Amino acid sequence: MGSQQHGGSGQDTAASPRHRSDTTLRVNGTPRTLTVDNRRVLLDLLREDLGLIGAKKGCDHGQCGACTVLVDGRRVNSCLLLAVALDGCEITTVEGLAGDGEELHPLQRAFRKRDAFQCGYCTPGQLCSAAGVLAEAAAGHPSHVTDPARPSGEPVPLDREEIRERLSGNLCRCGAYPHIVEAVEDVIP
Amino acid sequence: MKTFAYVRPGSVEEAAAAFADHPGARYLGGGTNLVDLMKLGVERPETLIDVTRLPLDTVEELPDGALRVGAMVRNSDLAAHPVVRDRWPALSQALLAGASGQLRNAATTGGNLLQRTRCPYFQDLGKPCNKRQMGSGCGAREGVHRDHAVLGHSPHCIATHPSDMAVALSALDARVELHGADGPRSVPAADFHRLPGDHPERDTEIRPGELITGVVLPAATGGLPSRYRKARDRASYAFALASVAAVLRVSDGVVAQAGIAFGALAHRPWRARRAEAALLGAAPTAAAFEHAVDLELADAQPLRDNAYKVPLARRLALDVLAGLVPSATL
Repeated sequence: MGSQQHGGSGQDTAASPRHRSDTTLRVNGTPRTLTVDNRRVLLDLLREDLGLIGAKKGCDHGQCGACTVLVDGRRVNSCLLLAVALDGCEITTVEGLAGDGEELHPLQRAFRKRDAFQCGYCTPGQLCSAAGVLAEAAAGHPSHVTDPARPSGEPVPLDREEIRERLSGNLCRCGAYPHIVEAVEDVIP
Repeated sequence: MKTFAYVRPGSVEEAAAAFADHPGARYLGGGTNLVDLMKLGVERPETLIDVTRLPLDTVEELPDGALRVGAMVRNSDLAAHPVVRDRWPALSQALLAGASGQLRNAATTGGNLLQRTRCPYFQDLGKPCNKRQMGSGCGAREGVHRDHAVLGHSPHCIATHPSDMAVALSALDARVELHGADGPRSVPAADFHRLPGDHPERDTEIRPGELITGVVLPAATGGLPSRYRKARDRASYAFALASVAAVLRVSDGVVAQAGIAFGALAHRPWRARRAEAALLGAAPTAAAFEHAVDLELADAQPLRDNAYKVPLARRLALDVLAGLVPSATL
């Protein structure tokens, strides 16, 4: 079973009924109701139960960002979220990033234009994370490098330092960072 | 990961009752540390009590000028809150210095306080660790301990507490509000975390089944200059090697109020009471700050590979304190 992984101890056992739950998620606009092993994390549900393999399993411990998706519009590490706890939530993966009638999201077009990847494994996470960054900055959320004296609530301008800081939770082992920063710059309103 | 049952109570009282029914349970907040530890096999709860939907997700200004932060307020929302940024800036700065944007969006105020040490021996079931299993020994003492404690450690445990937020809460005289079988109570944030002593398995003063319901920032530190500074191995997204939170009030040319706490030096945020006492009534000069910080760090007992932390923490503290003095005073 796909749920039996990364236990590290080889002591995994099949889930009995009291270890399973129903959960309903709206994934890229489509309602999905599943009965899941309570251990199921969102990343495995997306990849193995729904066949949405855009979100990637890098470290599986919330350290690399390859699994980043949007939950209720906020970027999160899907490897650390239990699917059962997300009952009723809206999930957006890289497959659903582009709007209706759009083949690609503007970030995806910018990543392609700027050659913002080599192997591409971290790219879905980078894209979802960047989408989250744009929303957070527009909502006035500060970062570690934002001037603390900046008034609250006003959109934070995203210069290169801001983009680098805000995307620090997404690792790229190929080192495509300079082009990733340029691609995000291209999409800043 | 071991199997577990999942329950989602609708109120704080129901959550406490659920724990009474399931003594092997853990409360689930953002899960950014707990779920990871369950994957590693370090945590093996029989039941998860999901408290993320409890009505503890608001930030409320109290009539006396204090601020109550619900335990389920996400770290990113707390860091961006206009009242926090305006009146307790060190807290916002500490939150923004921790983790990544994704993790801050998930992590809760209560969960941040209850996160476990990132000591690699604690997280590795194949290694000895008294915090995980008392009596198995401490692998870090003679092993890899560059990130470990220089103050207040015990023969059993040299782990540090990883939170940035908790360091700011300690310096800012916040209180932690709890709800357990005996009803509500609150404890000072500075006393919430423990030193390891003979019981390194206990990180905090929380009682079995107690739930953190909120954190209160007091009026007494609101609106004062405060700051958080953190040194780490890379510019972003890393745990502290040393950090400092401080709040200072200068009146008539002397220090009238001071709150100073160090992070990453001990098993808990290290409230620098001795330094604070030395500063009270003194002119806020570089010499006074040096004297006070040196008094505090005089008890440091570095290990083989982490003596660098003492001068690093000293420099951070001196810089932070100097930056809190109104320029007209100097």
